Amino acid sequence: MLADKDRIFTNLYGFHDWRLAGARARGAWDNTKAILDKGPDAIVEEMKKSGLRGRGGAGFPTGLKWSFMPKQVGDRPHYLVVNADESEPGTCKDRDIMRHDPHLLVEGCLVAGFAMRAHAAYIYVRGEFYNEAVHLKEAIAEAYAAGLLGENACGSGWKFDVYVHRGAGAYICGEETALLESLEGKKGMPRLKPPFPAGAGLYGCPSTVNNVESIAVAPTILRRGAAWFAGIGRPNNTGTKLFCISGHVNTPCNVEEEMGIPLKELVEKHAGGVRGGWDNLLAVIPGGASVPLLPKSICDTVLMDFDSLKDQQSGLGTAAVIVMDKSTDVIKAIARLSYFYKHESCGQCTPCREGTGWMWRVMERMVLGNARLEEIDALYDVTKQVEGHTICALGDAAAWPIQGLIRHFRPEMERRIRARTEKLAAE
Amino acid sequence: MPIVKIDGKEHEVPAGITILQACEIAGVEIPRFCYHERLSIAGNCRMCLVEVKPGPPKPQASCAMPVADKQEIITNSAVVKKARNGVMEFLLINHPLDCPICDQGGECDLQDQAMAYGYDRSRYAENKRAVPDKELGPLVKTSMNRCIQCTRCVRFAAEVAGVEELGATGRGEAMEITTYVKHALTTELSGNMVDLCPVGALTSKPYAYEARPWEMRKTESVDVFDGLGSAIRVDVRGNVVMRVLPRLNDDVNEEWISDKTRHAIDGLRYQRLDRPYVRKAGKLVEATWDEAFAAIAAKLQGVDGRKIAAIVGDQCDAESMVALKDLMAALGSPNVDCRQDGSKLQSGPRGGYIFNAGIRGIDQADAILLVGSNPRLESPVLNARIRKRYLSGKCAIASIGVPVDLTYPVERLGAGAATLRDVAEGRGSFAEKWKGAKNPLVIVGPGALAREDGAAVLALARSLATVRDDWNGFAVLHTAASRVGGLDLGLVPGEGGRDVAGILAGAQRREIEAVFLLAADEIDTSSLGKAFVVYIGHHGDAGAHRADVILPGAAYTEKPGTYVNMEGRVQLGQRAAYPPGDAREDWAILRALSERLGKTLPYDTLDQVRARLIVVNRVFAALDRQSPGAWGEFGKAGTMSDEPFETPIRNFYMTDPISRASRTMAECMASRQQAAVAAE
Repeated sequence: MLADKDRIFTNLYGFHDWRLAGARARGAWDNTKAILDKGPDAIVEEMKKSGLRGRGGAGFPTGLKWSFMPKQVGDRPHYLVVNADESEPGTCKDRDIMRHDPHLLVEGCLVAGFAMRAHAAYIYVRGEFYNEAVHLKEAIAEAYAAGLLGENACGSGWKFDVYVHRGAGAYICGEETALLESLEGKKGMPRLKPPFPAGAGLYGCPSTVNNVESIAVAPTILRRGAAWFAGIGRPNNTGTKLFCISGHVNTPCNVEEEMGIPLKELVEKHAGGVRGGWDNLLAVIPGGASVPLLPKSICDTVLMDFDSLKDQQSGLGTAAVIVMDKSTDVIKAIARLSYFYKHESCGQCTPCREGTGWMWRVMERMVLGNARLEEIDALYDVTKQVEGHTICALGDAAAWPIQGLIRHFRPEMERRIRARTEKLAAE
Repeated sequence: MPIVKIDGKEHEVPAGITILQACEIAGVEIPRFCYHERLSIAGNCRMCLVEVKPGPPKPQASCAMPVADKQEIITNSAVVKKARNGVMEFLLINHPLDCPICDQGGECDLQDQAMAYGYDRSRYAENKRAVPDKELGPLVKTSMNRCIQCTRCVRFAAEVAGVEELGATGRGEAMEITTYVKHALTTELSGNMVDLCPVGALTSKPYAYEARPWEMRKTESVDVFDGLGSAIRVDVRGNVVMRVLPRLNDDVNEEWISDKTRHAIDGLRYQRLDRPYVRKAGKLVEATWDEAFAAIAAKLQGVDGRKIAAIVGDQCDAESMVALKDLMAALGSPNVDCRQDGSKLQSGPRGGYIFNAGIRGIDQADAILLVGSNPRLESPVLNARIRKRYLSGKCAIASIGVPVDLTYPVERLGAGAATLRDVAEGRGSFAEKWKGAKNPLVIVGPGALAREDGAAVLALARSLATVRDDWNGFAVLHTAASRVGGLDLGLVPGEGGRDVAGILAGAQRREIEAVFLLAADEIDTSSLGKAFVVYIGHHGDAGAHRADVILPGAAYTEKPGTYVNMEGRVQLGQRAAYPPGDAREDWAILRALSERLGKTLPYDTLDQVRARLIVVNRVFAALDRQSPGAWGEFGKAGTMSDEPFETPIRNFYMTDPISRASRTMAECMASRQQAAVAAE
């Protein structure tokens, strides 16, 4: 269990002042100049050593991502883009960072932007997060007033500006290249890669898109040292992580914990346990709506980090733990997610546009058992036809929950189909 | 050059191309729907997925992925096959299987590729999506249920046509291609979207349910509706021209044609002259060829050749023009003119009347000055080429003339000759850019030449031209398909001869007693006075209306003919159908008439006429080639009026006898007018 002294988000619950004075009292903006004085390459190197993996879901090493930015600024400026379009169902960590500890993010923007030789950061905030955007803007204004941002940010001689842009509520705009399109004022549709944003991103300039949490933890890592961060968690899955626990638990919450904490411990210690006790657990979606669910048998022992969950054919994703007890209609739950993906597909590429609708419609029939047994295999085949064939990862995200369902709850699906067939036969 | 391994075989391919292009070079077919060579890459259909090593474990869209050295590309693995089959299945689940009643049937990419990659039955048990059809004007018929959202049409409209009037609304499976504002597209190139559409979502409205592709005979020919000489294919069923499609010619029209080229062809069915007529007691009466010839012979008996004149129309083939020229020479008439619009171009050095840089030269130009030209109306495909040049950047484009919307930003310098003089004398900021340009291109349009001071404007424009061994930046934009050929053959007034204005004035003063109109309808026929008029042509238009004798000729689809486009490229048109009734090929009519007049022309076959063309001008010996013309003095310095340069084309859809007879063109015109009214 994470010791209090190792917490990065010390005002996660908003018990203290979120403004500059309060943030400073908690250690934010503490001699940021000293961090900047190390120089961009040293910062990137330190981030690499910390082993921080992107907190947005894919878990790509953050330091490595920063190092992809050109080492010299050419005729095109560099940009840092912060993805605050937190829309993954079950996830609410970035929201609490922005409303309760916005200065961690703002300071992170400066540090990260400096490390990638950018003079500007754009924070793309989910449209629904109105109050969060207000806090964030207020924090930015405070930072400008205190000389922490602007022409001579923190006295480092580095000019740095931070802009907040509010999205319009499309899930797909959380995909990094769709976010860039949206930021440019176009329709939020993912771009083809390559070119990757580090080569041609925002307005065709070298850009890096990072999750709020990845950026917000950067100053603390640099202040306390990579070794400290790397010493928490397991190898290749280091540091602390915000977990969002929701669903059938007694006290749903956000909590900062060590990477690799056992799922059971996480739920029991922080969320007051599963409603009706651990034995009443049916399944857990461990990383936001996009990742396959895990049945109780796996939940008993699985560790909450990227590699352990991958070994169980699921993923850490955004670490949004959705707990479902035995009262859950698990097929209906997944069907609801399928509807979400069908609704949020941008429609650009064929497998996702056509596949999400197809999968959802079949899932709705599966809920009622209004299908033939072989349609389960057909459905699985369709998910495989979507997965890996699309421009962005939304297709994968739509396919995985269904694959997880079929993998672990096929008997339930079959039972329902048989029951309906028998009922109809009896009538 | 990178070496890539495609399906186990190594190929050396040019750097910077995509994997799909590399596979094409290697002869490996990659199925695709959204990819098109002349449009930006969308990568959204996902049909072209291949495996690429090194790279991510999932298949990659080959249309968007650049080749790299030592890459291994696999197009025939189980993974690729599964990906393609999967995409095909997805495309078909919401695509109506109505091929038997779909106009695209038989030439449908989806149909063809479904044969190769589709399953033989559907696993989709749900209802299919229904999408409301859209109104895209009189030329493009929509059946949006069939749309596979490849966005080719959207990209064509935005990139090539330059009208951002088409786009996608909604998202996911609710995404629809639509005009945002529900009115017809305001582009002269809309028909090309029908060609681009890989399915039957966009089909040709005038051609709807008319024919199936396999029923038609296909003839490769050349377009005559403007001076560009676009490569076309004429599809004929029986003896009726059913449709015209573009052919690929990168030097000229790439693969686009204008809506007039494509859709004016229904005009070939109406208002046709299918037998000779002779005017008796003020009325045109049907006659035999003999009677018609006799009437002409009787009238010309004893008339001094200097009192005979001939005017050549805008769509004539070189064969009929040379026959007319020879006949007039035999009759002793110097009064011949192929410049119906009164253009002051001379038949002097060839460089003075052709588009010397070539259409391809537009791609190399780094400064373009349009003088009295509205290429959007005068030659929409050429305008698209200029737009393409604009899009590739670093090209200053300016115009002198009345303001027009050319679909790309143009710096408008002024209205008339005074501005042209400023630029020529180096005044103004554009003149600076002009001087700094390596390949400046001055395009002189009919609006600057078809006026009294045309020769002076021409001389001034000549002074702006940069002429080197590798660049001739003087370009004349012609609207008439016959014009360059006519000038090449010297169909201009001879020694002491009269031009069009002179002929008309002479006719009114009775100094001209007989006028031959070779499909010439764009002159003021009411000015022909009491002259005896012989009309040789294919449509009952202005010329035929005024004629005393009508000799029915053949339209461009009905005769093998030689045309020289504005860049001086000699191209052959082929006969796709036969002329109606008693109508004959025009050169043969002139040959027969010459015999009757006792001045027999020395050729009996088409080959002999073509040999004669080469004798008159060597350029006719080299087919389908373009090079700058001989350079020399042309134009004539003189005073110029303050009148602004303005294109003579008032109505793009009706510029010639065929398009004026076309109902489709009339609908287009009405639709445009409605849009204009709605815009106000």
